[in-house]
Formats: sequence, C-alpha cells, structure tokens
Amino acid sequence: MDQLIQLVEATQAGVETPDIYPGDSVRIQLRVIEGEKERLQAFDGVVISDRGAGTNKTITVRKISHGVGVERIIPINSPNVESVTVLKHGKARRSKLFYLRKRTGKAALKVKERKVAEKAS
Amino acid sequence: MGAILGKKIGMTRLYNEKREAVPCTIIQAGPCFVTQVKSAGIDGYDAYQVGIGERKEAKVTKPMLGHYKKAGVAPGYMTAEFDTSMFDGELTAGSPVLVESFTEGEIVKVQGVSKGKGFAGVVKRHNFGGGQRTHGQSDRLRAPGSIGGASDPSKTFKGTKMGGRMGSDTITVRNLQVIKIMPESSLIMVKGSVPGPKNSYVRIVSTKK
Repeated sequence: MDQLIQLVEATQAGVETPDIYPGDSVRIQLRVIEGEKERLQAFDGVVISDRGAGTNKTITVRKISHGVGVERIIPINSPNVESVTVLKHGKARRSKLFYLRKRTGKAALKVKERKVAEKAS
Repeated sequence: MGAILGKKIGMTRLYNEKREAVPCTIIQAGPCFVTQVKSAGIDGYDAYQVGIGERKEAKVTKPMLGHYKKAGVAPGYMTAEFDTSMFDGELTAGSPVLVESFTEGEIVKVQGVSKGKGFAGVVKRHNFGGGQRTHGQSDRLRAPGSIGGASDPSKTFKGTKMGGRMGSDTITVRNLQVIKIMPESSLIMVKGSVPGPKNSYVRIVSTKK
C-alpha cells in the first residue's frame, strides 16, 4: 500500500487489539450513547469472518441471543471500540465460518479450541 | 479560501469526532509553486499559474524548462491557472502555494480527468437497458435498439446516443468537504471520491461563498 495512505491511517489507530482469528470467541466493549449518557456494552460471540487491513479491518462477530442468531460487523479501529479481549482461541480450518449460520442448538457456536503456547514475553 | 493542484493518492476511511467512519480521498497537494503571474495588462486577464511536483530536467521539454527557470522553480509535472481571487494577498512567481490555505470542514470542488473506459457500448456509456435475454433473443442483450425512423426522416439525428469513447473527460465534483489537512506532508483529505485514477493530478478549488 502507498506509504502516504499508511501515514494517514497511522493517525487513526484505535485501541490496541490482540491477534484475532476466525473461530476465536471474543468480548468487545462498545461505547454506546444513550441520550446524553455514554455507557459500555459488551458483545460476546464467535468471530466468523475478518476482512481488510489497517484502519479498514473489520470482524464479523456472531452470537445467539435468546435463540436468535445475531451478527455484528465491527470495524476494529473504530473509536467506538473500547476494548477487545479474546475469551477462547478457536481452531478453524477455513477463514470464513459462515457454515455456523446453518447450525442450531448447542452446535451453533461450537468451534474446536486451539491451544495457544504462552508467549515468553 | 484556496486553490491548489494535487496528486490523487488513494482512498481510506477516517473517523470523525462523532466517531463515524467517513470515506476519504487522500490528495497530495504539493509542493506547489507559482510559475507565472498573468496580468490584465499583458495577458488580458489576471491569474496565477501554479505548478506541481518535481521532475528531472532531462524529462522536461526545453520550452517548459525555460519557463520554470524564469520563475525560479524546479521543473514539475504540470501547471494550471487559477483566478487571483482564490488567493489571499499578492503572490509572485516562485512563491509557494500551501495546503494551509484550506481549512478543515471547508467545501471544495475537485476537477480531474476521469478514468478512460475506451470504446464503450450504450449500456455502459448511456445507461441503456439493453435487450431481453430470453424469449428467443440472440445478440440483443446489450444492443442499443432503434436509432430512429425509416424513410421519414431518412437519417439518424445528430447527437443520437450510441457507443463510443467513454471516460478521459474533465470532470468537476462539487461540494466535497475537506476532512483533514496534514501540512507537514502536504496532504489534504476530502470526503468522497475524486475523478481519475491514482497518481493523476487534480485541481482543488474552494467553493465561493
């Protein structure tokens, strides 16, 4: 990518995020404005897709809420994202986990767990 | 108020204070210098000719080289004229034209040469609907249909929309908002898209109030 584009995008960096891969279970704290007040809202779910790079990176997070599948596309560098934490590392053999949409019940969000070697640092 | 030349770098998204993502085009506007001052007395009208970029002397034609030498400016890629009313104060040949003359939030218009599409059919060029795909049709999908009457008027009227060269036109896009200015690298970000391919040169002019 053009160096000048990177220069511009460098001014836009959001919160520092851990490495996120499709299959990971994440909790994302989003800033929500309700009337005058601002509060944090957590969105927990499985990352089923990611796209873009740098400022433009977005992830799609899916969860089952009261029996209804809910997906949110979250621009990871948006100022509305307060924090991103990985709850569980998933082991996925493809980059888009859209097959989860067809599943119901217990299997709906089931992704094999991935053991992550603790980094020395 | 300002007027400047710039090079289209590409697009990205920027977040505004409302935390909304705004699509932006990045334009590198500079280094720009006045290459000639046109005056009513000599040229019949008042204008500043502004040049952009830096180019090897060997790559510039000799007449242009002399033109740049006269202004005391390094040879550049292109020049364009702007009305003197677009600038604050008097400028002389050799004075820099800076992105700082624009303010963030200001409305500008951007002129550039659109991407060439080559010889395009009527569906692409004039938004014709084309023909049916089914019901026994062959070769009609992107056809223009009738181009006029028969024995009366016995001709196809001039200006009838047909296929032909498309693109490479000078296009002005108005009402673009300046989102951000980065003077240290002469960058200016405008909301939305700008005509032309990357690395093409565009004209940015403030909209008169």
